Amino acid sequence: MTKEVLYSMDSGFREEYELIGYRFGKKGPGEKAACVVGAMRGNEVQQLYICSKLVQALEKIEKQKGILGENQILVIPSVNYLSMNAGRRFWIGEQTDINREFPGNPKGEPPSRVADAVMQAVTGYRYGIQFASFYETGEFIPHVRMMETGLQSTSLANLFGLPYVVTSKPRPFDRRTLNYNWQMKKTDAFSIYTGATEEVDEEQAMLAVTSVLRFLTRMGIIRYQCHNGYIASVLEEKNLISIKCDMAGFFREKVSINQEVHRGQTLAVILDPYEGKVISKIKSPTDGIVFFSQKNPLIYQNSIAFRIIKRLHG
Amino acid sequence: MIETVTSMELPVGEVLRIKKNRLQPDILTGQEKRACIVAGIHGDEMGSQYICYELIRRIKENYERLKGIVDVYPALNPLGLDTYNRGFPVFDFDMNTIFPGSEDGGMVDEMAARIVEELKGADLCLDLHANNMHVKEAPHVRVMDDQNERLMGYAKAMNLHAVWVHPSNVVKEGSLVYAMNQEGVDSLVIESGIQMETDRELCDKIVNGILNVMKKMGVWEGEPIVNKTFIWEDDTVEYINCDSTGLFISSVSLFSKVKKGDRIGVIVKPILGAVIEEITAPMDGVIFTLRRYPSVREGALIARIAGESYD
Repeated sequence: MTKEVLYSMDSGFREEYELIGYRFGKKGPGEKAACVVGAMRGNEVQQLYICSKLVQALEKIEKQKGILGENQILVIPSVNYLSMNAGRRFWIGEQTDINREFPGNPKGEPPSRVADAVMQAVTGYRYGIQFASFYETGEFIPHVRMMETGLQSTSLANLFGLPYVVTSKPRPFDRRTLNYNWQMKKTDAFSIYTGATEEVDEEQAMLAVTSVLRFLTRMGIIRYQCHNGYIASVLEEKNLISIKCDMAGFFREKVSINQEVHRGQTLAVILDPYEGKVISKIKSPTDGIVFFSQKNPLIYQNSIAFRIIKRLHG
Repeated sequence: MIETVTSMELPVGEVLRIKKNRLQPDILTGQEKRACIVAGIHGDEMGSQYICYELIRRIKENYERLKGIVDVYPALNPLGLDTYNRGFPVFDFDMNTIFPGSEDGGMVDEMAARIVEELKGADLCLDLHANNMHVKEAPHVRVMDDQNERLMGYAKAMNLHAVWVHPSNVVKEGSLVYAMNQEGVDSLVIESGIQMETDRELCDKIVNGILNVMKKMGVWEGEPIVNKTFIWEDDTVEYINCDSTGLFISSVSLFSKVKKGDRIGVIVKPILGAVIEEITAPMDGVIFTLRRYPSVREGALIARIAGESYD
C-alpha cells in the first residue's frame, strides 16, 4: 500500500488541502483495475468509514499477496475533508457541491479544480465505485445505482451481490456528477448506497465493504474468500412506487425498510404537531417491499415518505 | 391582485405559499399579452426584490398605461429568502437546477413543476438574478447560445450594458429559464449586482429595461427605445482566476476600462505581509464582473473582462 498526495491546494487560513489516495497492487506501471471514491460531501461520515474499512481490508489482502497480476486499485477515502472538519456539507467558501462540478476545470474555481483533480486521478480505471449519499434524510435497502447513459452494465452491477440494482435516467444535475462523467470516460461506474450518511452504521458499512471485495474477486482483481451474496433484482427507478405525504406534521412510521407490506396497510401516520392526534394515515397502494423510508421526524406535505418495490413475483 | 400560485404545508403550524401579483387593465379584451417577472429562486438575492417593488410601484402609479398582463413573482423560494439562504434550506440544494420538476417527485420537484405549469402560456418570462457573495456583476442579459436569435430582440430591448450569449448555469439545463424556453415561452435571465445588496442605480436600470420590453410587447403604452448594446460571445470574454490563496486587493472597479497588462489587483498573504501574486488584464476590455469578497483560494474568480464591440 502506498499513500499518495494526488492533488494539493493552499487553503489559506488552514493547512494545505491534500487529496489523498491509497494505491494497492502492482507498483509502477500496471493495469488500472478499480478505483473507489468515498466521502465527497462533508456530512458523508458513513461513506468515509466504509472507505477506511476497505483500506484496512485491502492492506491485509495485499500482504497476503491477494492482489492479482498487474492489477492496481486506488482508494480515495475523502474528497472534501476540509468541510467535514468544519461541520459543513459543501465545499467551504463557495458552498458548492463537489459532486455537481464534474468533470471539473483545471483553470476554474476551487471546487471545479478539485473535481478536475479527482477526475484526472480516477480516469482510465476499468471499474469505478463511489459510496454515495442521497439528498433526503431516509433509509434505503443497500443497493447499487447506475445511471442509464447507454454505457451502464447491470449484469456487472449484479456481481456486487447486493440485493438490488437500481437504474435511473440522468436528470440535468446528474450530468455534473462523478458517476456520469466516469461513464462518459468509459469506466464502468457504480454508486453504492447504504442506509446511513451522518452516522456510522457498522452492519451496513461491512456489507458495503464485502460487496466491493466480492466484486473485485469476481472480476479477477483480488483473491478473497467470501459468500456469494444476493442475486440482485434489477429495478428501474421509475418503477418504484413513490408514496407521498398528503399532510405535514410528525411522521411516525409503522414499517421499516426491507419489510413486506400489503395493499391498504398503514405504513405511517402523520400527527398534528400541536395536538398529537392522527391527521393522516399513509397507506400502501400495492403489495410490495419497502425500499426507502423517510427518517425525518417532521415531514413536509408532498414529500416522499416511502418508495415501494411492487411485488416482483407471483 | 395577489394570488397564491401553489402552496404546501410545512410540518409545524405553517403553510408555504408562492404568490404573484397580477397587474392587468380594468377591462380585458382577451388579446392581451402576458409578461412574467420571476425572482427569488436564490434566497439571498435582494436586488431582485427591490426591482419587483419598484416595477409594481411604477405600474400602479401609471396604471392607465398598462395594456397587457404583468405577473410578478417576487419569491419563488420563500424559505430561502426568509433564512437568507441561496439554496432551498431543507434539502440544501440550488433550486435553479431542478426545473422542470416533476409532479411525481419530492416536495421541491413538485413545487418546481407547479411553477412551470403556472408560467406556461406567457409571452415572455424574465428571471432576475444576482451573483453570489463573491463577485459583483454589471447588469446584463444572459441567453443560451442556441436560443440567441429568437430572444435577441427582447434581450436588446432591456437596454442593459450587454447581452452575454453563453451557456452559463443560470440558463443551462435544469434552470427555470431553460425549462420555460423548452416549453415555448421566450425566457431571459437578467443578471446584475451581488447577493444581499440592492444597488439602486443598477436595479433602476433593470426596471427601466423591463418597462421598455413591455412596450415592445404592447403591454405598456409607449414606443420602445432600443439603445446600442454590447453583445458578448464566448470568444470575447476572458475569465481571470487567481493562482494563489490569500486576500485580494482590487485596483479597479466595475466598468473600468483596462488595457492588456494593466493591474487588476494583487493577492497578499496577511501572515507574511507580502504580495504573492499580481493579477493583470489578459486583454483590452471592460471589467464586467469583479471580486467583492476579499478572501480567495487558488482558482477563485477575480474578474471577467469583455472585449467589447457594438453589434
